[in-house]
Amino acid sequence: MNPTIRLIALAMVCLVPMAIKAQDKPNLLDMLEKEDAKKPKTDYATATFKTTRLINAHSIEQLKGGVMDVKISHRFGTLNSGAYELFGLDNASIRIGADYGITDWLMVGLGRSSYEKQYDGFLKVKLLRQSTGTRSMPITLSGFAGMYYNTLHWADTSRINYYTSRINYVFQLMIARKFSEGFSLQISPTLTHYNIVPKTTDPNDLLSVGIGARQKLTKRVSLNVEYYYQIPGYKLEGSVNAFSAGFDIETGGHVFQLIFTNSTGIAENQYITKTNGQWQKGDVHFGFNIARVFTLRKPKHKVVSLP
Amino acid sequence: MHKSFLFVFALALSITSAFSQDIWMTRSGTISFEAGTGIEDVDGVNTEVASLLNIKTGDIAFNVPVKSFHFKRSLMEEHFNENYMETTKFPKASFQGRITDLSKVNFTKDGTYTVTVEGDLTLHGVTKKVSAPGTVKIGGGKINASSAFSVIMSDYNITIPGVVADKMSKDARIKVSCNYEKKTS
Repeated sequence: MNPTIRLIALAMVCLVPMAIKAQDKPNLLDMLEKEDAKKPKTDYATATFKTTRLINAHSIEQLKGGVMDVKISHRFGTLNSGAYELFGLDNASIRIGADYGITDWLMVGLGRSSYEKQYDGFLKVKLLRQSTGTRSMPITLSGFAGMYYNTLHWADTSRINYYTSRINYVFQLMIARKFSEGFSLQISPTLTHYNIVPKTTDPNDLLSVGIGARQKLTKRVSLNVEYYYQIPGYKLEGSVNAFSAGFDIETGGHVFQLIFTNSTGIAENQYITKTNGQWQKGDVHFGFNIARVFTLRKPKHKVVSLP
Repeated sequence: MHKSFLFVFALALSITSAFSQDIWMTRSGTISFEAGTGIEDVDGVNTEVASLLNIKTGDIAFNVPVKSFHFKRSLMEEHFNENYMETTKFPKASFQGRITDLSKVNFTKDGTYTVTVEGDLTLHGVTKKVSAPGTVKIGGGKINASSAFSVIMSDYNITIPGVVADKMSKDARIKVSCNYEKKTS
């Protein structure tokens, strides 16, 4: 072999590892990033909504396992009730309730509403989680089942009344997507079943579709709207569609919700199927929800003590 | 001719492999921080810290997935990600720097050595120069590096709202501990 070629070949062989070394040397962080990129990863969407309720309605958010959430929901009378009633402030519809997260994907709750003196209980399950990465899922899907028992005096004591007549149910699928850091949307097909309906012409199974959205205004304040469309022919006579708008204001362990709604009732069966206020007439209730969470069971994480 | 080629080749290989042998790694380092006051504990722990250490040059780097900080209260964890660290916008925190007094450490001899680490800390999208005391422990063919330092949160554009000002301190006390093993690949 020609000595010149041999020399060039030698030089090349020597230079290659040096070149590699020069490239590799300065940036350990880049090496870490590359290592990191190799790992399979799934990134789940979190905080699609701020709390487990959008306004009146349930959102797909769950309480974390071991967390209890005490909720006090308050609706004043209607704004159009005039100065004598101080624009509704003299009247109130209240629901007091407590929710508990059994696991991160299953929560239960109990409550009592002053409207129709009604007790309620519910169960909410998260079925799918919106995620990107190795496991990709465009939406979060949750299921909701609620049972309601009103304790009003019987309207007609002359007939035989069964306690089952007081019971009704709400079943809901909730489909939500967090489109961006600030904007989330939810659609909730809903079935409400009444064991007894007010009129013989009313159907027992009522169908509706809820739509709700959240837009973050700042890190701690968001604007929410929700609307329940009742399918014609599957609604109680005289009821109107519920529309509510409000703000979530977060302060440490509390979330404070200020809202305007045409619904007097706060439990699911009430606002979905028994709303009778009309926005255009000013039958609008101002109201608020206060929530306070308590960690009853601490999450299990590896306990690490550092020097 | 063939012999000299082989020799050079072997030499070249030894240079590269020597280089990769200098690098030690962990994927399960721990970082904890504490930012509470007497009123409320605000502390999180992350056990998924990735770090590389070059024992020849003293170069050291950390890559921290911010979402992997866990808290005793899940709501606090949510607020940490949503309101303070804005994890979606800034998913990683990182450090890239150097042990400035590496000559103090004898990697072949078991012992505990006190060193100084300097470099760039990136947190919440803001990069700042920091310097911290560190400890390097050599024992049983393993390297442990640890450090404790604090950062002022406002330096990194992390704002504390007035309503929780009495529950949170203005600085976060951070502790780092990594058990390194020789990087294999």
